[in-house]
Amino acid sequence: MTAKAAARAADQAARQSYGRLIAFLSARSRNIAAAEDALAEAFRAALEHWPVTGVPQAPEAWLLTAARRALGKSARHRQVAHAAEPDLVNQIEEAIAMMESEKESFADERLKLLFVCAHPAIDPAAQTPLMLQAVLGLDAARIAAVFLEQPATMGQRLVRAKAKIRDARVRFAVPDVDELPDRLDAVLQAIYAAFTAGWEDGGELSGEAIWLGRTVLALMPEEPEAMGLLSLMLHCEARKRARRANGFVPLNAQDTSLWDGAMMDEADTLLRAAGRKNRFGRFQCEAAIQSVHAARRFTGETDHKALVMLYAALLRLSPTLGARVGQAAVSEPEQGMALLAALPEKSVADYQPFHAVRADLLKRLGRTAEAAAAYARAIELSPDEEVRRFLWARMAAPT
Amino acid sequence: MKYMLVFAETAEDLAKREGAEAPAYWAGWSAYVQAVNQAGIVVSGAGLMPPAMATTVKVRDGKRHVQDGPYSDAKEQLGGFYVIDVPDLDTALDWAAKCPAAAYASVEVRPLMIMGE
Repeated sequence: MTAKAAARAADQAARQSYGRLIAFLSARSRNIAAAEDALAEAFRAALEHWPVTGVPQAPEAWLLTAARRALGKSARHRQVAHAAEPDLVNQIEEAIAMMESEKESFADERLKLLFVCAHPAIDPAAQTPLMLQAVLGLDAARIAAVFLEQPATMGQRLVRAKAKIRDARVRFAVPDVDELPDRLDAVLQAIYAAFTAGWEDGGELSGEAIWLGRTVLALMPEEPEAMGLLSLMLHCEARKRARRANGFVPLNAQDTSLWDGAMMDEADTLLRAAGRKNRFGRFQCEAAIQSVHAARRFTGETDHKALVMLYAALLRLSPTLGARVGQAAVSEPEQGMALLAALPEKSVADYQPFHAVRADLLKRLGRTAEAAAAYARAIELSPDEEVRRFLWARMAAPT
Repeated sequence: MKYMLVFAETAEDLAKREGAEAPAYWAGWSAYVQAVNQAGIVVSGAGLMPPAMATTVKVRDGKRHVQDGPYSDAKEQLGGFYVIDVPDLDTALDWAAKCPAAAYASVEVRPLMIMGE
């Protein structure tokens, strides 16, 4: 392992243990903010030391011991303990005692915490950020940057969400069978939102989201949609290098030798395993679409018929705007235009993919002037310099 | 933990209490009331007379202003409430979802403040 890889592994181990402890403590107290306070010092120390010294044998025990020490110090330092501190110290002591008595079997409550973060009673705009903060230990400033928010606004939103979980007593539990599909879908959607957040800027959180996807799958190994989501994310991640090879390169023009074949193989294996569960769903469908694109690395061509069929299935499962624009993109130009025309004008006015796809269809139909106007709108709506440059080039290219 | 279930009903909803739809309206409620009572979770609760029966009082600069009508002229009005004592929000949401008003109007679930702790 290179030094960089070792540092990254240590960082991941610290976050993994941190998330496990936050889940463990807050599942008992429902108080995520207090658990975060209790572990803040210890987590900082772990992020600093582990990449240098290596991951300790018992990472959770290390964090808890460090937390106890930090809390003791701050209480002495301030002479009068903060009102909340006895609680924090008690929680830590309790967790240490439990860990010592139960030895290895320290309950992983992260799944419950994930379900709490994506609970329908929580502000939808807070769900993904809360997950990133509580389960992965990302700081509010970084989360705010990814979601293009002011740090103060994001901080407030997270504080409010945690207060609601504590004060309204949201249940820390994996939902009952009848509720599970919807609730799990919310968890998976929140993870996917993390994956796509800032995607145009290189998918800053994509690694973290994939890791959350792996966590969910490890906790629910029989769940086909969890496999589907992970497969989908891996397929997209595998194309990262090809997508940014000397400027922005669209999927159908990417050099397949730059794709990460091993990652795509893993994605396909997951998708097949999901298929054996005989419960198709939105994420499996989206992964299947990516898998069709990925097959070009073997066949040298894209099976458009398969894409058209899969998009039709996706629209039945989850008729989102993105899916409908995606369907138009893989259709014959005339038909694609008709599909786009059927979308409500108001919802697509500022939706970049709509204008980019429409521009391409118009160009293929030889309607050059209209195409130019559509490209211009797509360029206006693209925050990414490389994507803008690509669209300019498309607009200027001969038909 | 105590939660108030607030039944927010429109004028049309409340009109179902009388006339042709009244039997179905009351049958739904009496089944619900029975279930809630059997569960042993009720702290208090009541159905309210329609907003037209409401009178609103304000005191400003020591002067009393009394007005006909409810405090808010929103489309949805307070039709009734329950205060229930259940372990967590999710249980309260389950009871809210079972109530007839959830099917035609909406039910707000709010935790009661905990005083003196």
